[in-house]
Amino acid sequence: MEKHVVVIFPHPDDEAFGAAGTIAKFREAGVPVTYLCGTLGEMGRNMGNPTFATRESLPEIRKKELQDACKVMDVELKMLGYRDKVLEFEDLSKVSDHLKGFLDEIQPSLVITHYPEYAVHPDHNALGAAAIDAVSKMEESIRPTVWAQAFMRGYQEILGKPDVVQDIRPFVKTKVKTILCHASQAQGVLGNVTGEQLTEENMEAIAMEHFKEETFYTWNFKSI
Amino acid sequence: MKPIDMNEVQQHIDEFAGKKVFIHLETTNGAYANHVNEKAYNVGAFIRNAQVTYEHGKIKGAGTAYRVGLKTENGWVYAEGLNAWEMDDENRLLMAGHDREGRLMVALEISETAF
Repeated sequence: MEKHVVVIFPHPDDEAFGAAGTIAKFREAGVPVTYLCGTLGEMGRNMGNPTFATRESLPEIRKKELQDACKVMDVELKMLGYRDKVLEFEDLSKVSDHLKGFLDEIQPSLVITHYPEYAVHPDHNALGAAAIDAVSKMEESIRPTVWAQAFMRGYQEILGKPDVVQDIRPFVKTKVKTILCHASQAQGVLGNVTGEQLTEENMEAIAMEHFKEETFYTWNFKSI
Repeated sequence: MKPIDMNEVQQHIDEFAGKKVFIHLETTNGAYANHVNEKAYNVGAFIRNAQVTYEHGKIKGAGTAYRVGLKTENGWVYAEGLNAWEMDDENRLLMAGHDREGRLMVALEISETAF
């Protein structure tokens, strides 16, 4: 049984597509979950379909979507205030210290983040690396386990099969509801993820059918 | 945003001419272009809050594809593929080009205050 789970992803909706089923499972078991969300997805390309957001209104819209999504998952939300797309150009040692401040305070038993270099989006790779760096700086006695998520094309050929496979079928409703909170993004991202032609009407059904598991790699902190 | 009306947009471009303005200029095909399609390239560029003063600007084009060029003292600001616009509640001229799925492909925005 985990004590407290901290999820660290850069964009509003990363939690929904990547880990909402796993999060729902932890919440049902009574485990507190905190989401440290790096940016507000300010530079997102999806503006709703038909478009209802502009480049300038998108951050506020996505912030609201994120807050709604966290309500659905029943998790605590902390927004870190970085800017979408340029996270990798920040001083990552400062980002790591920033994250460590939260971890020192929360003292989680598990951290979920992206697998650096195997998570496609540069923001994913950068924040995942900063998160792992932050955890590595914690005393071994209180160091949480890290589950890192990879989804780059061909990742399993290099990394092998993920050792953590969460069957999320019992929680797919919560996951899909969480995804749909991200109304500006849901249809566009779901279209990419499922490879289906989605409409407002069919996307919920297709999403319910699509998501079955969420997978992670337990990070190996070599003892120093 | 609404479909571009050349006359209306031109009027607003004229209003900002000769003033010190902030520009947001961007083009992108998204960080997942190559992930979704192996043959695609990830391409994008943006500049946010570039300060320029343009002598004059024009919108050209027709139908669903417009171009805007702003002539500055030493060069140009240019965007192609614009099809939507609005003046937002902070009096900023927002122009964008969206694809069939509503995704932003290009944006050019002009404001007297920083974005």
